[in-house]
Amino acid sequence: MTIAPAQAGWRFRQPSVIPGFGLTLGFSLAYLTLIILIPLSGLIWRSAALGWPEFWAIATDRRTINALEISFGTAFIAAGVNVVFGTLVAWVLVRYRFPGRRIVDAMVDLPFALPTAVAGIALTTLYAPNGWIGKLLMPLGIKVAYTPLGIVIALIFIGLPFVVRTVQPIMEEIDKEVEEAAATLGASRFQIITRILFPGLAPAIITGFSLAFARGVGEYGSVIFIAGNLPYKSEIAPLLIVIRLEEYNYPAATAIAAIMLFLSFLMLLIVNLAQSWSRKRYG
Amino acid sequence: MEVRVANVRKEFDRFPALHDVSLDIKSGELIALLGPSGSGKTTLLRLIAGLERPTRGNIFFGDEDASHKSIQDRNVGFVFQHYALFRHMTVADNIGFGLKVRHGPSRPPAQEIRRRASELLDLVQLSGLEKRYPAQLSGGQRQRVALARAMAIEPKVLLLDEPFGALDAQVRRELRRWLREIHDATGHTTVFVTHDQEEALELADRVVVMSQGRIEQVGTADDIYDTPNSPFVYGFIGESSSLPVKVENGEIWLADRPIGLAAPNEPSGDGTLYFRPHDVELLDGCSGCIAGTVAASRRVAGTRRVELEIGGERQRVEIELPVDHPAAQKSRVAFRPGRWKLFPAA
Repeated sequence: MTIAPAQAGWRFRQPSVIPGFGLTLGFSLAYLTLIILIPLSGLIWRSAALGWPEFWAIATDRRTINALEISFGTAFIAAGVNVVFGTLVAWVLVRYRFPGRRIVDAMVDLPFALPTAVAGIALTTLYAPNGWIGKLLMPLGIKVAYTPLGIVIALIFIGLPFVVRTVQPIMEEIDKEVEEAAATLGASRFQIITRILFPGLAPAIITGFSLAFARGVGEYGSVIFIAGNLPYKSEIAPLLIVIRLEEYNYPAATAIAAIMLFLSFLMLLIVNLAQSWSRKRYG
Repeated sequence: MEVRVANVRKEFDRFPALHDVSLDIKSGELIALLGPSGSGKTTLLRLIAGLERPTRGNIFFGDEDASHKSIQDRNVGFVFQHYALFRHMTVADNIGFGLKVRHGPSRPPAQEIRRRASELLDLVQLSGLEKRYPAQLSGGQRQRVALARAMAIEPKVLLLDEPFGALDAQVRRELRRWLREIHDATGHTTVFVTHDQEEALELADRVVVMSQGRIEQVGTADDIYDTPNSPFVYGFIGESSSLPVKVENGEIWLADRPIGLAAPNEPSGDGTLYFRPHDVELLDGCSGCIAGTVAASRRVAGTRRVELEIGGERQRVEIELPVDHPAAQKSRVAFRPGRWKLFPAA
């Protein structure tokens, strides 16, 4: 087999024997335009109504920058934690059979279904200085509720199913024989995990990470209860947008939103590139 | 390396997959484990590899009891039916994997690993494909890579689990001849599992016929084919026909007629007569033969296979005739088996 020469220019590809390529593509474009493109371009348009200096002033405002840092930073950390423990949960669910496995499996989806405010209130109750867990952490000098740490915990809760549900199906497809082959060749359990299993799972893990991260950046409901919302300290960007809206300061709200949009898009783009690189490599 | 399987029993969830199996494999031998599915052949192979632990009994590599050694320490090369290549690694990395995961001084330098990989690729006739990924290879090529990977660790024993099972007939035949050549060149003690008797008989020094978790017979292709020691082996290897008969006074009777076969050493009683359809002598009219009406006649490659109904019980047997033999046109055919075997009723 030789590697196909790179195609010159753009071409429409019709790989399927099922007709209807034009119709489905047209529908998809119209749908995406209505649902995503128009609202988002409205956002850009509104924030563009601001002059460049004003926009820059809002963007570089200490409070805006802190809020963005907190939003993206906590979402990043939470997604990182979720990757580790979500992969572990997926592993347990895929590899082991134990009583109650199906219940655990179903439980993973709860953060999807639960109203986020309920989750936020429940977590706050637990982690508040007089809550069950907060009480235990208090003597150790760890404060969770009303700090960025609390935000991280809420985002971990919200993001877990994204990682588990993207990694799990790929893990189920792993061929047991491949591990056995590695073992007969002398690879230890640890080497099998790091050299055989992990590279196969990497694309799914990256996807799970990006989903959890994207969700974390936009999360509002659960976070505002546990965050304490102290400006400059534990105020997330979505909350700042709502505050500006309540002040009828629409230009400022849209400006922050546009910055968030841009950053999110940039990061998801990077993740997607990493994804396609690893897929090309590990096919 | 000699391998000795001593009284091994294996149960899965209390269900026995192997009953008390013993087998001696000589150093440098090429052995086939042959049997229908569910006969325990793959289980036996996996026990030798250490992928399963015996419920009872031991497995020796040379004089050393390997039963409780881990898979990693057994140093066996295992080739899977579906290749089990690492698809995120190039062909060269696949082959070098077993050397790369070693620790300390037993791990050759990277350059040496590369050299070994391309040496082995030469051996399996895939030179120049080092940089390919498994997805870019055909089935036959993948299986060759898998074999090269297994041989890279200089295994004590080479174990192959239906290595050609997933390939088409043409490639299969080619790889079969090629495996024999590689075996002769490298001299690894090799055990392979197959359900294809042609493959087993053609390739192996000795064939182990298995059924229902037991070894039925161990022997060369000639032993197995010419002197099967059980009705199962007779029926499983090659074509065979059978008839229920009776022995009386050292003679074999079919229903109420003697059929002209003497069995002086057999005790009287019921039994089953086995013979090969192609190994029959046609007779004109008969006193002392098997006669039947032609029920069907089919052309199979170079011969004509005739199905006969025998006696009042309408027992069906098959015999093979040359294509243009006049007997095929007749409605009644009489014959006597050339080589045959009688198994007394259990």
